[in-house]
Amino acid sequence: MKLPLTGVINLIHEADEMETLTANRCLATVPFGGRYRLIDFVLSSMVNSGIPRVAVFAHRKFRSLMDHLGSGANWDLHRKQSGLFVLPPSMEDQTDFGKGDLYHFYRHRDYFARSARDYVVITRSHMVCNVDFARVLEQHRDTGADITAVCKKTDGGVPGLARKAKLDEAGRIVEMQDHFGRLDSDVVSMEMYVLSKELLLDLVETSLAQGRDHFVRHSILSRLNRLNVRAYMYEGVLGVVNNVAAYYRHSLELLRPEVWKELFFKPGAIYTKVKDEPPTHYRSGAKVSNSLIANGCDIEGTVTGSILFRGVKVAKGAVIRNSIVMQNGIVGENGVLDNCILDKEVEIRPSQQLRGSEDSPFIALKRKVI
Amino acid sequence: MRKNECIAMLLAGGEGRRLGVLTKDLAKPAVPFGGKYRIIDFTLSNCAHSGIETVGVLTQYQPLVLTQHLGIGSPWGLDRREGGMHVLPPYVRQKGGTWYKGTANAIYQNLGFIERYDPEYVLIISGDHIYKMNYDLLLESHKKTGADATIAVISVPWADAGRFGILSVDEEGRVSEFAEKPKKPNSNLASMGVYMFTWSVLRDALVRDEANRQSSNDFGKDVIPTLLAEGARLFSYRFDGYWKDVGTIDSLWEANMDLLEEKPSLRLNDRSWRIFSANPNQPAQYVAPTASVQGSLINEGCVVEGVVNRSVLFNGARVGEGSLVEDSILMPGAVVGKNARIVRAIVGEGAVVEDGCQVGAADEEEIAVVGSGETIRPKAELKEAEPV
Repeated sequence: MKLPLTGVINLIHEADEMETLTANRCLATVPFGGRYRLIDFVLSSMVNSGIPRVAVFAHRKFRSLMDHLGSGANWDLHRKQSGLFVLPPSMEDQTDFGKGDLYHFYRHRDYFARSARDYVVITRSHMVCNVDFARVLEQHRDTGADITAVCKKTDGGVPGLARKAKLDEAGRIVEMQDHFGRLDSDVVSMEMYVLSKELLLDLVETSLAQGRDHFVRHSILSRLNRLNVRAYMYEGVLGVVNNVAAYYRHSLELLRPEVWKELFFKPGAIYTKVKDEPPTHYRSGAKVSNSLIANGCDIEGTVTGSILFRGVKVAKGAVIRNSIVMQNGIVGENGVLDNCILDKEVEIRPSQQLRGSEDSPFIALKRKVI
Repeated sequence: MRKNECIAMLLAGGEGRRLGVLTKDLAKPAVPFGGKYRIIDFTLSNCAHSGIETVGVLTQYQPLVLTQHLGIGSPWGLDRREGGMHVLPPYVRQKGGTWYKGTANAIYQNLGFIERYDPEYVLIISGDHIYKMNYDLLLESHKKTGADATIAVISVPWADAGRFGILSVDEEGRVSEFAEKPKKPNSNLASMGVYMFTWSVLRDALVRDEANRQSSNDFGKDVIPTLLAEGARLFSYRFDGYWKDVGTIDSLWEANMDLLEEKPSLRLNDRSWRIFSANPNQPAQYVAPTASVQGSLINEGCVVEGVVNRSVLFNGARVGEGSLVEDSILMPGAVVGKNARIVRAIVGEGAVVEDGCQVGAADEEEIAVVGSGETIRPKAELKEAEPV
């Protein structure tokens, strides 16, 4: 069941207000949901939809990205033909780095030219969702749209930074604005665009020739009156995760069974890099409730309303409430965490107490000892 | 270890008859263990960490689950361009073919496989045991003593010695006597079923064993005693870590419970010697507000809404609200409904215990077993484990 669709995950100039969570990594590889990285959601969606060929346009701080993706084997993308392509920025000179995504698409246009597939889907990495792109493509072909943008109707907006879209009655997008714009609409863009390869190459070359180099801003927003851009309304769970408030809120939303049951399984499973951690050891005296716990943890203390990533140690007497502790974190004896986000390998010394608030969680930088 | 200096032959065709309903549809090496693994993962991971890059896995009894689990060996890094893991079931030749008659015959039938790699040493291991061992050290010892064969041994309590192949050794570790399940053991050093052979010695011994019509073609019963009687240089290699044959319901249950100790003697959380396994890729485990989990091992994909004490839950197991799971093992995908009681029990893969049902009891001597895929309905009688 291969789709005539080529995937692009575009990391170039992704909106990122994640503070220190992206100090040493790109947005795509911010850990999420106990064992995943943000990019896993869109990448798994592509694979589950039957897209056999996916390019990741890397841009900045991509060491963790290369490490995470590897050969693509964890997503079944280590193929004899097609598979996963990680395309780093092509740098003729230093100034190329600041150029927009269209420039990088152009430099890597062979990737598109060599694809035997007629359609392309261009996405970002920070949408936590589970999308069936086969259905998006089906609607795209049925409506005869030039471009189909995946959108979601929200209940008064989202905490993350997302473009807003205004549709006419027929589902055509008549107006779209960046997140700070004043457009009054509950529909947010998920920054996923399906279009034909031919139109994409045309837009890339024409826009660049006009001296413009941003795909969405210059190729789509300025052409809404000339191109038939339609919305595909996504019904599933969505987290636009590109600022700390959204990260914290959408993480803790995973504690609601109806959210994780849908996000992690429907329509397909979310894959990630295998770590070979043993099962989690709950010792006598452990008190855990309302939490998502990954493998390899060793818990002797109390954990409520929290998410523990792989290999976290919670010593005796320690209390973790409404917090997120990333991989290999250590919370020492009688340590207390309230509303905290601990990056990977943070160590909380015995009896230390850290408190953030619901609106502004305390964030500890990777490998910090407190 | 240099490439192909040593290859491993892993015996994985055992039925595990004494595991009863748990091995109805799968071979013993494929029986789930430790919340995440299958028994064979331990020996394969040992190979991976010991630098053994070519492993022949001999399968026979109910191989489907096992071969699916093994795949092309990628979980253990054994999907290699050269060497790697090979599944070796019995096969037909021009003059017919036979099942593997015994452990020695299984290797004999695959002499051609070993010849293709032409190693200097061949490690014979089985997929029935739980232990972490560096085979490279065994090889080093084998080379140092100039042995024809080196047998890994472990001290067992004297009272249990009659259940094992027992070796008497001299001060240098050379084997002077080998007795299979002796009534009056002269030693408490038990063979672990781990043999390092010099390839030429092994080939010769297997060819002669096959020619002997009286032989049952078994390493412990025939090949080793014959070599010893002929005066071959057989040495022992002392191993003093955790080692367990999980051949019965009781020992399987016990070995799982061993992992729950405060300081387990078999450390799974050892970063330098990870046990690799095929990954089920499930989300993090969810422990609900109504849940309590203590003294237990829980794997990914589990949903716990009830009370879990001193138990091992494999991936995707679920425990409903109001239920109690105590001193028990829930295998992959096992589902316990609401207000059920599971005490001193093993619930097989994909089995379902419906709301309000009870399996096992604290004062029962025998461990209760629910077979894979079975459903326990209210008031239905539990199918007992097959007699040991």
